[in-house]
Amino acid sequence: MSVRRLAAVQPESFAFTPENVKWAKGIIAKYPEGRQASAVISLLWKAQEQHGGWLPEPAIRAVADMLGMAYIRVLEVATFYTMFALQPVGKHFVQVCGTTPCLLRGADKLMHVCEKVIGHQNHVTEDGQLSWLEVECLGSCSNAPMAQINYDYFEDLDPESFEKLLDDLRNDRPVKPGPQVERACSGPVGGPTTLLDQSLYDGSVVGSWKKRFDETKAAKEAATVQAATEAAKPKETSPGEKQAAKQPTDKTKGA
Amino acid sequence: MAKIIVDGTELDVPPDFTLLQAAEQTGAEIPRFCFHERLSIAGNCRMCLVEVKGSPKPVASCAMAVKDLRPGPNGEPPVVITNSPYVKKAREGVMEFLLINHPLDCPICDQGGECDLQDQAMAYGSDASRFAENKRAVEDKYIGPLVKTVMTRCIQCTRCVRFSTEVAGVPDLGSIGRGEDMEITTYLEKAMTSELQGNVIDLCPVGALTSKPYAFAARPWELSKTETIDVMDALGSNIRVDARGREVLRIMPRLNEDVNEEWISDKTRFVWDGLKTQRLDRPYIREAGKLRPATWNEAFTLIAEKVKATKPKKIGAIAGDLASVEDIFALKGLMSNLGVKNLDCRQDGVALDPSFGRASYIFNPGVSGIDTADVILLVGSNPRWEAPVLNARIRKAWRLNGTKVAVIGEQADLTYAYDYLGAGVDTLNGVVDGSHSFSKTLKDAKRAIVIVGQGALIGENGAGVLSLAAKAADAIGSLTDEFSGLAVLHTAASRVGALDLGFVPGEGGLGLAGMLKPKALDVLFLLGADEVDVPAGPFVIYQGTHGDRGAHRADVILPGAAYTEKHGTWVNTEGRVQIGSRATFPPGDAREDWAILRALSDVLGVKLPYDSFAQLRATLYAAYPHMAAADQILAGDVASLKSLAGRGGAVQAGLAFRSSIENFYFSNPIARASALMAECATLAAGGKLEAAE
Repeated sequence: MSVRRLAAVQPESFAFTPENVKWAKGIIAKYPEGRQASAVISLLWKAQEQHGGWLPEPAIRAVADMLGMAYIRVLEVATFYTMFALQPVGKHFVQVCGTTPCLLRGADKLMHVCEKVIGHQNHVTEDGQLSWLEVECLGSCSNAPMAQINYDYFEDLDPESFEKLLDDLRNDRPVKPGPQVERACSGPVGGPTTLLDQSLYDGSVVGSWKKRFDETKAAKEAATVQAATEAAKPKETSPGEKQAAKQPTDKTKGA
Repeated sequence: MAKIIVDGTELDVPPDFTLLQAAEQTGAEIPRFCFHERLSIAGNCRMCLVEVKGSPKPVASCAMAVKDLRPGPNGEPPVVITNSPYVKKAREGVMEFLLINHPLDCPICDQGGECDLQDQAMAYGSDASRFAENKRAVEDKYIGPLVKTVMTRCIQCTRCVRFSTEVAGVPDLGSIGRGEDMEITTYLEKAMTSELQGNVIDLCPVGALTSKPYAFAARPWELSKTETIDVMDALGSNIRVDARGREVLRIMPRLNEDVNEEWISDKTRFVWDGLKTQRLDRPYIREAGKLRPATWNEAFTLIAEKVKATKPKKIGAIAGDLASVEDIFALKGLMSNLGVKNLDCRQDGVALDPSFGRASYIFNPGVSGIDTADVILLVGSNPRWEAPVLNARIRKAWRLNGTKVAVIGEQADLTYAYDYLGAGVDTLNGVVDGSHSFSKTLKDAKRAIVIVGQGALIGENGAGVLSLAAKAADAIGSLTDEFSGLAVLHTAASRVGALDLGFVPGEGGLGLAGMLKPKALDVLFLLGADEVDVPAGPFVIYQGTHGDRGAHRADVILPGAAYTEKHGTWVNTEGRVQIGSRATFPPGDAREDWAILRALSDVLGVKLPYDSFAQLRATLYAAYPHMAAADQILAGDVASLKSLAGRGGAVQAGLAFRSSIENFYFSNPIARASALMAECATLAAGGKLEAAE
């Protein structure tokens, strides 16, 4: 990360579209009176979306005016969060993760590809299609190395697939977000390697463990019945008592 | 109260005290950079670490409250240690990190010698750096003509940001970026717009924000420091004047909780360059329409000729806004010896009069009374320009105590929210008779203050408005024996003192308006009075410091001493008697004003009965005993306010109040001579200055 400054060339003005104004009012209404400033990040993000993925200076003022904040307060927020791009970006804004897991899995090679295909960081290609930036961890470490392009993650990249991906994007060919290798989400490459037993999935083993409860329950009932019959018998000699008391226990075990 | 043991001493402190405050009660000194008593707690410098028994880590004492500590297993009070080797090591660690990115440029830094970081590095710094990487460097920012920035020195304590947001109420400064790239700046490097911005120079613990006009001028240990009183407004801020030789190099605030806390306005702080320019350093006499330098004897002889040829009825004297009590006392003595009754000190023509009683012209609740007020009604006053530090105090009450503020007069940006009641007299009448919707709030208030500005009291309606304001204060129940809520906010430093001395027309004498009528007078004596337009006709003697309006009109100029160049007493708007001292000597042939008047009295044959300043003071104290009680307020009498309320007076219906200050930066001759004030005025007027660097 380096010092982030507002872009040297700025648009004359910025105004939210009527739909976005309506949306913003809804967001502001979520917060109690006097706490409108809480909506600042949402509004800045919307302004960035509306303005082609980067945040111009007039938008900072527009948001501050909407929320009754000092301009410097909004500038503080906009410069603090790196998700607000202060410099113009390409139509496809490539954010390559450069944190340890991705770097260990070859993110540096992806960055070389970016240097080759796009140019330096924060540089927009002449056709306006691409620009790139190294960012910190995007939380997709199991699929390293990866890059976020606009709203989508492209994972399990290697220099070849990444170069092709950039080429497809540049020429507006359809691309597939997610893992770029044979794999579902963060599952094993080439398909699952465990839990392969089909019976796990056909319902045949479903509920088998419940049988044990039924058996235990039946045994208990039988024992109770047995004890009741013993007790109902007319009283016999006292020497038999010990045995009678012992018998049901044995029976329970036996059952 | 909560019990706590600090360094083995058991203390009983309020539970909301921070550990830092509690430790200070025992006399323990805790180093700090970001913490400041009058700002919110940030807790980001980590220099104030202390050891708390049972805590696994050192604790930032500025941000931990006593009530948040757990007692010991048997209910013993929590134990805090501020001087153990553990604490020292923790602080040394913090200091090492602070110094990693701090440049080693103390020899060329203006903060050198009075730098918190330098001082604390002596106690906690290590002798060598273990940091082999590149140091951080930050671009300097333009934040106005008064404050110079060297941003590489910044340690991100954010005191300046908190000051401008909280105390000044003008959120100009902010910190952009994050982590190592955090930088203090204004929005797009525009100049700061607060009239209190100079205080960030004092707040900055390092040399990141320093005084631009004072840059590379001197080292603190070369300066002679004189404690005195400011005269730029009627608050009488306590200041320290730092001078080297004959030159005032800077002005800094002094702590006085009852007056200015520890802030001063930019006009107070940066006016000193006006003390060097446009100065009158020798007497002048007007000959054939042109002023020519003259000797004291020539000037005195000419004055004596004129005065002796004139009847006392045709002589008048006006005292200026910066004059000290002693000067005015000497002038009054001289005039009464001559039999002159045409005296006035109210250059702006306000209708305040000592005959109404002292309570009618002072800020009765006192400046510190603002802290306990629950409603403040501003009548014809814009305190932001009339007394910026007082305005900051109102803002503090509004922000921390929830004090309500209401305004009758101009709608201006006062840095706090207020209820706007109306423009003038009609609204005030509504408050008096209770018909205004806000009257209920005022009546329900326990301590409501009515602040009356000079703007409301100017002119023929003035007396009526003053009476009406007293009536309003009475109607809302603010005129009781315990609490008197009528507060007159002055703009001239000399005014209350002059009114105390009764420097107003004697019996049958002419007032300001009468004296300024064409052909009313033959000789007019101006004691530093520059805010009046003297018509053609009278022979004008101007005794003052600067070649300003009064000197331009003068026939004889007697060079006097500015407020930093004489001992003197000033009475501030709340009636507090404050004594100032001489920091430098007047330039050239200029003399202290009382001495000029004493010498002149001898030439005129009406010798004043004192030969030294001490004798003058003794005479003054005999005549006005309350002047001897330095830093005391002689309280006004509520009964006189009640009778003032009953006086009534003609008031034109529909009259709208305006503040008496037209341009904050040009309100007196010293400020008008200052190039810096002119620059500030241009900026304030929306003009653009080229960034100097």
